[in-house]
Amino acid sequence: MEKVFGRPKGLTEVPFSFCPGCTHGIIMRLIGEVLEELDIIEDTIGVSPVGCAGFSQDFFTCDFVGGPHGRAQAIGTGIKRALPDKIVFTYQGDGDIAGIGTQHAIHTAARGERITSIMVNNAIYGMTGGQMAPTTLAGMKTSTSPHGRDLVINGHPIDLPKTIATLDGAVYVASVSADSPKNIIQAKKAIKKAFQVQQAGLGFSFVSVLSTCPTNWGLSPQDSLQWLRDNMMPVYKLGELKVTEEVKNL
Amino acid sequence: MSKRVLMKGNEVIGQAAIEAGCKLFFGYPITPSTEIIEYLSKYLPKAGGTVLQAEDEIGAINMCYGAACTGTRVMTASSSPGMSLKQEGISYCAAAELPVVLVNVNRTGPGLGGLGPAQSDYFQSTKGGGHGDYRLIVLAPSKSQELYDMTLEAFDLAEKYRNPVLLLTDGFLGQMMEPVELKEKPASPEVDKSWIVDGAKGRKKRIIASYSLTNEIGEANNLRWEAKYKDIKEKEQRWEEFYAEDADYLIVSYGTTGRISKSVVLNARKKGIKLGLIRPISLWPFPEKAFIPYKDKVKGIVTVELNTGQMIEDVKLAVECKVPVHLYRRQGGMLPTEDEILANVEKVFNLASEEV
Ligand SMILES: Cc1ncc(C[n+]2csc(CCOP(=O)(O)OP(=O)(O)O)c2C)c(N)n1
Ligand code: SF4
Repeated sequence: MEKVFGRPKGLTEVPFSFCPGCTHGIIMRLIGEVLEELDIIEDTIGVSPVGCAGFSQDFFTCDFVGGPHGRAQAIGTGIKRALPDKIVFTYQGDGDIAGIGTQHAIHTAARGERITSIMVNNAIYGMTGGQMAPTTLAGMKTSTSPHGRDLVINGHPIDLPKTIATLDGAVYVASVSADSPKNIIQAKKAIKKAFQVQQAGLGFSFVSVLSTCPTNWGLSPQDSLQWLRDNMMPVYKLGELKVTEEVKNL
Repeated sequence: MSKRVLMKGNEVIGQAAIEAGCKLFFGYPITPSTEIIEYLSKYLPKAGGTVLQAEDEIGAINMCYGAACTGTRVMTASSSPGMSLKQEGISYCAAAELPVVLVNVNRTGPGLGGLGPAQSDYFQSTKGGGHGDYRLIVLAPSKSQELYDMTLEAFDLAEKYRNPVLLLTDGFLGQMMEPVELKEKPASPEVDKSWIVDGAKGRKKRIIASYSLTNEIGEANNLRWEAKYKDIKEKEQRWEEFYAEDADYLIVSYGTTGRISKSVVLNARKKGIKLGLIRPISLWPFPEKAFIPYKDKVKGIVTVELNTGQMIEDVKLAVECKVPVHLYRRQGGMLPTEDEILANVEKVFNLASEEV
């Protein structure tokens, strides 16, 4: 019998260790498929952060480097400058890339570093147990905003892809979601495009993916998906936020 | 072909890095180290390398981390406040066992401090600096020729032990113009590169990271690093002795003050005082072996330092407190004169009366 669905070659046999209903696994699978379809597994070096996203180093079949919280893009820059012909991507949580590592997010994009960054936005610090993230929504309860994020005290959430899209070195920026089959197909298209942009050496490519954290949101997997649609999508608008002419011509 | 030139200390470091085959330099400007990034910006591209001015020192050290993972020779340079920012990244480099060459042109502190020469980062440099129990190999040049030679050697040492190597200098050495012989680098020994990441072509994937999933793995890692540090401690202690053999009293001093102390020794000898010098060249591993012949023999030791007394702790340990050890120090960018050091040696050991 023909096998119609299995693990993409981009993923190892190591079983995902995420909580039930967490969409980290879906996003990693999409990247694994893209690595296989573009036939770049052997040419790719991934960089993992600290956080639930950090487990990525075990799940992909390509080489991986793990460093400090927030520094994946600086590490990716070092790798790419040393090996300009290889494909380099970072897989980072929202706290990692939009909080502690913001300076690298801005400057990696501004330099047009020929790497690809995937941000997983679950509006919370997952691994450390559900503290407020830079992406936590107004009024959203977390362990460090127990009465809900107060904009006067904590300020406003950051829509990182929107900011990155304003920088000249970023040539492809997309905001996608892992909540539904339709959106997952869109997400894969964006991730694939981002890697193709890098293959063509056009500049920095960035994809932000809305993702669930049922454990720290205190919701069932099913309710988490609906919560994401109802609360995150109005704030973090989906779509291709930036596609330069060169990228369109790819 | 080697040639003799007159260059600023910081530029000497840059030139030596190029000669050593450094292909990537990531840095962020800070006085008094800036000539290193400026020099390399001008000359490294001509040697087929790249200089990238990072967004900050945190970016720079993590770029070094990434580049070192590929087996590429890489360096960063900074000065005290910038080195503080790099510490987390240096700890990760040590844990991932990456051959990164670091330069700290020590300025004064704490805080923003001033631009003058200082040795106030001795503890930070030799005791780890960042979090966790790790060591850097720390080399302390005291003249331009050593800036050159030790930079060359730093790259080989870093690869040999898969460990970051720190060249600890100061603003005085960095700014000073002195003739240097730009020797050609002898061929580097072959090193094992079976750990690098460069794409898993025809081999299993590799991961370079430092997270220990269990305490058992954590302890095994610590023991492995400890064994490496022990090996380095055994093999890489370096020092210079100057009139030490017959000395009654010793100065122990490194870097800029080590250099000044040589003249102090000569002046003392003229006065009939049997003074000698031990100048540590490797600050980690600290040259404990240098003290073995002297700890039961000399009457006293003075460490001369540009801090509140940091290296003195290692000296006391090295002589097992068998010898009285005193400190003479200047701080805040001030340098002691030869006369003032000698006067202090005479004072603490009551030598004025011994004069002939
Ligand atoms: C310097 C430093 N500060 C804090 C931490 C603790 N820490 C680990 S992961 C994390 C947050 C991760 O959240 P996010 O990036 O959103 O990823 P997620 O776990 O949600 O995938 C924090 C604060 C750390 N490891 N290092
Ligand atoms: S804590 Fe949240 S982000 Fe982490 S695995 Fe669990 S659900 Fe996913």
